[in-house]
Amino acid sequence: MAKYLLLKHYRGAPAPVNNVPMDQWTPAEVSAHVQFMHDFAVRLEETGEYVDGQGLAPEGTWVRYDGEGRPPVTDGPFAETKDLIAGWMVIDVDSYERALELAAELSAAPGAGGEPIHEWLELRPFLSAPPTITE
Amino acid sequence: MDELLLRRLTPRVIGILVRRGADFAAAEDAVQDALVEALRTWPADPPRDAQGWLVTVAWRRFLDAIRADSARRRREDLVESEPAPGPATAVDDTLRLYFLCAHPSLTPSSAVALTLRAVGGLTTRQIARAYLVPEATMAQRISRAKRTVAGVGLSPAGAEPDAPGRPDRAGDVATVLRVLYLVFNEGYSGDVDLAAEAIRLTRQLAASIDHPEVAGLLALMLLHHARRAARTQPDGSLVPLAEQDRGRWDTTLIAEGVQILQAALARDRLGEFQAQAAIAALHADAQRAEETDWVQIVEWYDELARLTDSPVVRLNRAVAVGEADGPRAGLAALAELDASTRDSSAKAHPLPRREAVAAYLHERAGDLATAARLYAEAAHRAPNLAERTHLTHQAARLNARLRP
Repeated sequence: MAKYLLLKHYRGAPAPVNNVPMDQWTPAEVSAHVQFMHDFAVRLEETGEYVDGQGLAPEGTWVRYDGEGRPPVTDGPFAETKDLIAGWMVIDVDSYERALELAAELSAAPGAGGEPIHEWLELRPFLSAPPTITE
Repeated sequence: MDELLLRRLTPRVIGILVRRGADFAAAEDAVQDALVEALRTWPADPPRDAQGWLVTVAWRRFLDAIRADSARRRREDLVESEPAPGPATAVDDTLRLYFLCAHPSLTPSSAVALTLRAVGGLTTRQIARAYLVPEATMAQRISRAKRTVAGVGLSPAGAEPDAPGRPDRAGDVATVLRVLYLVFNEGYSGDVDLAAEAIRLTRQLAASIDHPEVAGLLALMLLHHARRAARTQPDGSLVPLAEQDRGRWDTTLIAEGVQILQAALARDRLGEFQAQAAIAALHADAQRAEETDWVQIVEWYDELARLTDSPVVRLNRAVAVGEADGPRAGLAALAELDASTRDSSAKAHPLPRREAVAAYLHERAGDLATAARLYAEAAHRAPNLAERTHLTHQAARLNARLRP
C-alpha cells in the first residue's frame, strides 16, 4: 500500500477544460458537484482507500521567527502568489496506476452545464518508512 | 447496555473516590479505567448495582496505581480508613467537578475535554473522535489539564463555586457556561452526539445550582436543538431559518425551552444567554417565517448589545432591523457597524458573515448584481464548507436570474 496526496489548487494549476467559476453555474449544477464530491469520498471509504480530506480557506499568512523575545514576523496574504492550495485528499492505494485512476475520477467532477471540469489535480506520493527487508 | 447511566454515574464515582482520599487526577484516571472496563464487560454481564460496581472497580484501579508507585506507598493507609459516602453530597461533588473542569487557568479546549471526560463520562477515544484529533493527542490534552488544576483540589472543604476573590477558586458559573456552550455550538462528528451531551450536562447543572443564566443557556440549547431536523438537507447543506420546514421543529423541546426561559426571565436578572434564548423563542413562536415578531427581536438584540457589545451581535441586529424596518434600514445599521469597526484589528480579523448579511440585505433591496457579487465574496470567505456551498448557491441563483 502507498499513500498519495491529491492536491486541489485555487491558483497555480493549468486551466481546466470546463473553466467557469462556480458562482456562474446554475444552483442545480452546484448541488450536483457537491453531491459528486461527497459520493466520491464515501465510495473510497467503502473500498478502504480513503484516509483524510480537508478544505482550506483561501486566505493565508506567511510567518517566520524573528529572534529571541520578538514576536513572529507576518506578511501577506499575497494576491500575486502563484500557487494556492484549496484542499487535499489523502488516499492509500495499492499502486501508482490506481492513484492516477482515482485522481482522474475526481477531476471529472461535474461543473458548468453538468459537464466534467477536467480540473488539474496534483498527485504527490508520501515518503514512506524504510522497508525492513532491503536485500 | 445503558451507556447514559454510566455517564451519569461518572462524576459521582469520582466524587466518592476523592472523599475516600484519592486526589482528583488519580481518581479521574481510575474512574476512566473502570468506565472503559464497563463498556467492555457490561453488555455480556451487566451488574445489579451499577454505581457499586464502578466504585469497587475504580477504587481497585486506584489502589493498583498507587501500589505501583512505590514513592506513594504510604498512601495505602487510606485503604484502612474508607469513609462511607453519604448520598446527600453526590450533588455537591458533581457541582464541584463542573467548576474544577472549567477552571480559569485551563484553555477552552482543555476545559472542554476535561469536562466531557470527568463530568460527562466519555472515554478519551470518544472525545478524540468527536473533535477529529488522534486519541494520543486528546489523552495528552486531558493529562495536561489535570496537572494544571492539580493544586486546586476537589476536597469538600475547598472550592466554593461562587466565593469571589479566591486565587485558587474553581471557575465561576460564567466559565462553566462558556465551556458547555462550546460543547453545544462547536460539536463535530463521531459516535457521540455532542449537542445532546451538552444539553444533558447543562440540565444536570441546572438541577444542582439555582442561577438564571444556567437556565438561560439550557433554554437556548433546547430551542436551537428543536430545529435540528429542519436545519440541514440530507446532503448536509444548510437550510436558512426562513426556509426551514417548521413542521419538523420539535414542539416538546420548544415548550420546555420557553417554560424554562420564562421562569428565568421572571427573576429579573437578565444575562447574555437569557437574551439569546429570548430571540430563539420568538423565532420558535412564529408558525410561518412571515409571522416573526422582528420588532421584539430587534429590542432583544439591543439588550444583547448592551450586555456584550459584540460586533457579531450588532451584525445579527442589522439583519433583524432589515426585517423589522426594511432592507434600507438594515443596510444603514450595517454601515454604522462598519464605521465603528473600521480599525487595524478589524482589518486583520474581518467580521465573519458580514458580506453574507450585506448580500442578503442588498437582494431584499432589489440590487441583485451587488448581492450576487457579495454572495460570491462571502462564499470565498466562508469559515466552513456547508456555509460556502450555501453561499455559492445564493450567488449562482442570482447570477442565473441576471443572465439575459
